[in-house]
Amino acid sequence: MESRVAVKPRHLLLFLGPAMVGMAVFYIIPFLASLMISLTEWDGLQQLGLRSIPPFIGLENYRTILGGPELRRVLGNTIYFIALYIPLVLAASLIVALLMAGDRPGVVALRIGFYIPVLTSWVAGALIWRWVLSPEYGPVNAILGAVGLPQPGWLQDRRWAMPAIVLASVWKDMGFFGMILLGGLQSINPALYEAAEIDGASRPAQFRRITLPMLSPVTFFVVVIGLINSFQLFPQVMIMTENAGPQGATQVMVERIYTYAFRYYEMGYAAALSWVLFVIIFICTLIQLRLQKAWVHYG
Amino acid sequence: MTNNRIAWNLTIALIAVFLSAGVVYAGGRSEASSGGDGVTSVTYANFSSAGGNEGYLTEMKAAFEEQYPNIQIEIETYGYNDYFTQLQTRIAGGDAPDAYELNYENFVSYADRNVLLDLGPYLSDSSIDVTQLQPNAREAFQTGGTQYGLPGSFSTVLLFYNKELFDRAGVAYPSDDWTWDDAEVAAQEIRDLDAQTFGLLQPVHFWEFYKVVRQFGGSLMNEDRTAFTVDRPENVRALERMVARVRESNIQPSETQLAGMGEWDIFRAGRLGMLVTGIWAFPDFTETVAFPWDVAVEPGMNQKATHFFANGMVVSANSNVPEAAATWVAFLAASREVAEIRVGAGWELPPSTYPEVLETYVATTPPENRQAVFESLNHIVTPPVVTDFARMADIVNLELEAARDGSKTARQALGDAQERLEIEIELE
Repeated sequence: MESRVAVKPRHLLLFLGPAMVGMAVFYIIPFLASLMISLTEWDGLQQLGLRSIPPFIGLENYRTILGGPELRRVLGNTIYFIALYIPLVLAASLIVALLMAGDRPGVVALRIGFYIPVLTSWVAGALIWRWVLSPEYGPVNAILGAVGLPQPGWLQDRRWAMPAIVLASVWKDMGFFGMILLGGLQSINPALYEAAEIDGASRPAQFRRITLPMLSPVTFFVVVIGLINSFQLFPQVMIMTENAGPQGATQVMVERIYTYAFRYYEMGYAAALSWVLFVIIFICTLIQLRLQKAWVHYG
Repeated sequence: MTNNRIAWNLTIALIAVFLSAGVVYAGGRSEASSGGDGVTSVTYANFSSAGGNEGYLTEMKAAFEEQYPNIQIEIETYGYNDYFTQLQTRIAGGDAPDAYELNYENFVSYADRNVLLDLGPYLSDSSIDVTQLQPNAREAFQTGGTQYGLPGSFSTVLLFYNKELFDRAGVAYPSDDWTWDDAEVAAQEIRDLDAQTFGLLQPVHFWEFYKVVRQFGGSLMNEDRTAFTVDRPENVRALERMVARVRESNIQPSETQLAGMGEWDIFRAGRLGMLVTGIWAFPDFTETVAFPWDVAVEPGMNQKATHFFANGMVVSANSNVPEAAATWVAFLAASREVAEIRVGAGWELPPSTYPEVLETYVATTPPENRQAVFESLNHIVTPPVVTDFARMADIVNLELEAARDGSKTARQALGDAQERLEIEIELE
């Protein structure tokens, strides 16, 4: 009785066609166009056409980027962000996931509460954080002052501007990553905990020996996504710090791409910068894929 | 086989529909400008009416359409922060508005990139007299002798002061011939009132600095704008003075003391004796400031030098309706109707010189000393505008911030700025 309809390539094309057109128009063509633009001196104002092609300058943009001090400085800022953000967001998301797990009363309210920042637009979120971190009038410094700790200038201080961005980013992202980790937590076989219980393992030992290793595939996913997001850091920088912070303390890759394209009218250079960013993210992700063998357990 | 053929044809048809939709859309746009009924439609994009003044621009449009029934204006208003991204994308996409607004510093960037129409031939035929415009403002929108734009509004910067704090401190009110020495003495008296009150606020950024160096006898570029002179000793002295107000006497609040509070906010809160800011604050301060306030010409040093800010209107080089667009732009710049609406609204200053319209402007209070606006115009210095203006301003700002926050001395900061400008900014 089994009847199989032979799928012909033409049928496939019929169903995939519309999506493929969308993909070509919105991804593939811009992707190739940006590669072409990165080899030119296009100012972003001249109308592009077959008869008006911007001056072709080969790899000059790439040479300027790789040879200049700006890339190093901007990558330094990004790495500083990553070094603070990844551990903090992992720890915060894990705590959020553990709080959201189980059937305790109020857990739904808790899940909603942690997820609201994820849905909040960065514009609103960043404005709230500007107030929260206000050196004179913000609650954070009021609390720090009350317990006798130093009160940093946060967004107005070049040493503290990036940590301030990290704090806001962790607040915004921990609900999302927490939800993913929660999924991971709930998929751990309860039999493992029962067996550990019988063997007399303590709660902390169970967490270390069962929860963390069994969560590692999900944690890996969170780290990969978190890292890609970090390289693409943009809205919080644009809104929380005007002109990328005191003395350029929060200048990062995407902020530079935007600045070159839309403030300095150097679209070719901006396109080249975005390709450099693509290669960096690609290499980082490859390295992570290699490294995962050492610490990710697919149970 | 037939099924297959139908599927194949359908696929092709679908792809064709998708592709042609884009073509039809693009084609439709370029024809939209002139209708069949003899009415020409002109699109006009602007940012300066956003946030409260849209109604006045609509009044101007109505006045225009009454006089020119054959031209219809379609106004598009964007917030300043999105405006230039929006505009650039549309120009590059071949979908530029027929006429649009540009601020002075972007005007040169656009004119140098050949996207603007030479208005000259259209203005000589037009019934609107643009020669009566303020010469400073009109010349600002020329490059190489070509009139690529017309000024729509212009403004200057004044010293705003809180009379109540001056009274409490027992100091005489500022006068139009004050120097920074006078201002700083008064500021110190006001600062001494209490810990939360500051004497003076003049932001340490490019827009103030280019002008303050002129007051000290310096400048950021040489006469013919072929070389940067940012590290001149006069400029260093000017910056040292601006920074000392924050870091030594603290008559001016530091960034941390301001704590993200806007400059207008701290003035409105009654915690600031004197604020250097633009006349575009008039309508707002009239509404929101509870204490008596007035203005004076900005203090000088070796000489007076005051700010010049202007927004202008241009016509796209690719417009299908250049004549109608140029007529609208000339009307916005120079007609009596527009000048009257602008003055009535307190929406910056019209560049036209109709005496009775300007009399109405001066007679409006507060501030009492509105005459200071015109007094200021005698000392105008235009910002050093170059093709790479935004980049130049960013480089200077970065170093000014370093000096302001104490991570560099004024001399180091300006030396570093000079070095970077020489490497990164090409001057013709």
